[in-house]
Amino acid sequence: MSPFPTSPAPGDQPVLVAGGISDSHTWNLVYLQLLLEEHGQRVVNLGPCVPEELLITEALAHRPALIVVSSVNGHGYHDGMRTITRLREHPELTAVPAVIGGKLGIAGPCGDDEVAALRAAGYDAVFDDSAEGVDAFLRMLATLPQRALV
Amino acid sequence: MTGVGFGAFVRRAHDAGRLVVQPRMGMSSPERMRAGLLATRNATATTVGTITLDSYTRVGDLESAELAVLEGVALNGYPIVSHDRATTLRVLDGIHGPGFPVQVRHGSAAPQHIFRALTAVGLDASEGGPVSYCLPYGRVPLRESVAHWAASCRLLATVGESGAEPHLETFGGCVLGQLCPPSLLVAVSLLEALFFRRHGIRSISVSYAQQTDPGQDAEAVAALRRLCARHLPDTEWHVVVYAYMGLYPETEEGAYRLLGKAAELAVASGSERLIVKTVAESRRIPTVAENVAALEYAAAVAGRTPRAPLEATGTQTYAEASALVDAVLELDDDLGTALLKAFAEGRLDVPYCLHPDNAGFSRSYIDADGRLRWADIGKMPLNGIADVRPAQAVTSAGLLESLSYVRRSYDRYDPEDTRSAEPARP
Repeated sequence: MSPFPTSPAPGDQPVLVAGGISDSHTWNLVYLQLLLEEHGQRVVNLGPCVPEELLITEALAHRPALIVVSSVNGHGYHDGMRTITRLREHPELTAVPAVIGGKLGIAGPCGDDEVAALRAAGYDAVFDDSAEGVDAFLRMLATLPQRALV
Repeated sequence: MTGVGFGAFVRRAHDAGRLVVQPRMGMSSPERMRAGLLATRNATATTVGTITLDSYTRVGDLESAELAVLEGVALNGYPIVSHDRATTLRVLDGIHGPGFPVQVRHGSAAPQHIFRALTAVGLDASEGGPVSYCLPYGRVPLRESVAHWAASCRLLATVGESGAEPHLETFGGCVLGQLCPPSLLVAVSLLEALFFRRHGIRSISVSYAQQTDPGQDAEAVAALRRLCARHLPDTEWHVVVYAYMGLYPETEEGAYRLLGKAAELAVASGSERLIVKTVAESRRIPTVAENVAALEYAAAVAGRTPRAPLEATGTQTYAEASALVDAVLELDDDLGTALLKAFAEGRLDVPYCLHPDNAGFSRSYIDADGRLRWADIGKMPLNGIADVRPAQAVTSAGLLESLSYVRRSYDRYDPEDTRSAEPARP
């Protein structure tokens, strides 16, 4: 794995990885960084508990190819709605691809209504933490521009 | 040591030969929180109560916690700062007392608002620590966390002036929950206990979270007890074991077997308290009934496990933990300053931790025998002490495999274990 918390590869757009606003979990973020790097992406890992303002500042600074919000503490739906709403309000961040995934509800996975609401609020995709969710995430990654794999 | 409070309750239970068991439990609804505490008290076990706070309160986002209370949105814990005092007093009325102390669990790097709220309703037991509730938990700079925790300890200690004996438990024996070699868990737990003591707390528990290998865990708890005996004179202290804090088994049988091992570790090592995990752990926040079942199961296993602590000092875990503790204490007379220097210099370095104040050079792996070992000690003073074996570069699949090692081991059908297995339910 590349040195934490960012893996250097100047020039191209990184993927920003961020934990939910109130989510202290780290392993999901370490896993995502490794997975993204293995698929040719440079990663800037903002770690757990990322406030909206920090995500916006970092997104403006890095101009990422993709923003990945990951949450497993049960507040993912509410935190995720807040994050994407604030992000999309920023005129320079209306179009940056952004996705969310994990265990998004207190009672386990989100329902269809919540998934629809997250998409309506501005996420391009919503993933659950199942094997199918990871596969769908990888299929989505394949549509992004990649660095040459060495 | 006045004989009152959380620590004294645990001490009396231990002297009577009983392990105290405790859930992780917090609901935002006052009625449900009260029902959870009652069910914990009424379980067939020697229990203490838990109020686990929600994540908004933990990160100090009180606006969101208050909004959720107003709108009746369910949170992942009890928002003790946002519910009014009378509400929390009603939750505790007739439940909290000398025969059933209640501890507030939170996860905050700046817990002053939490400590004020809990002391305002007559509670005096909590947990955390300047390192363990900072580095793995968010983005608060370590320097700020140390200052916040020093102030918070002093705030809690003032409760002691009215005859109570406030109690703090270190979370340092857990850190990221998994893949941290036990020696570092022991060192951080001990150093946080010492930090509490130096800031006026006289009743302390030190945590240790069950890891990948029962033998290594037994060594770790023995080392922790020895270091406490050496570094915490004039202190009422006990050890609390956490049932596994990483990816939990998905099968009911596997979940109970792992919990049973945690109960055995707690009793055999001479520890006084156990915090349980439930069959629901791998999927969601557990129900009260699942928690009660876990408490009663753990108590039943504990009841038939003899105390058989290991000799403490002759082990690898003790040698490493002791070296880490000494290397931090020699940095400065002020322990807060010493901890800051230790992390800045990489003398303490939590593997895989993403916090900007963690050096991030250390790496760990699970060896073929199931023990957690160092693949890289970074700049930690373990040269010639730790057995370091550089590992292959970590891949996402390899990480998942390591993270799910315990889950797989306990979920797997094992004829030998099944023959001697406990019934899956108490």
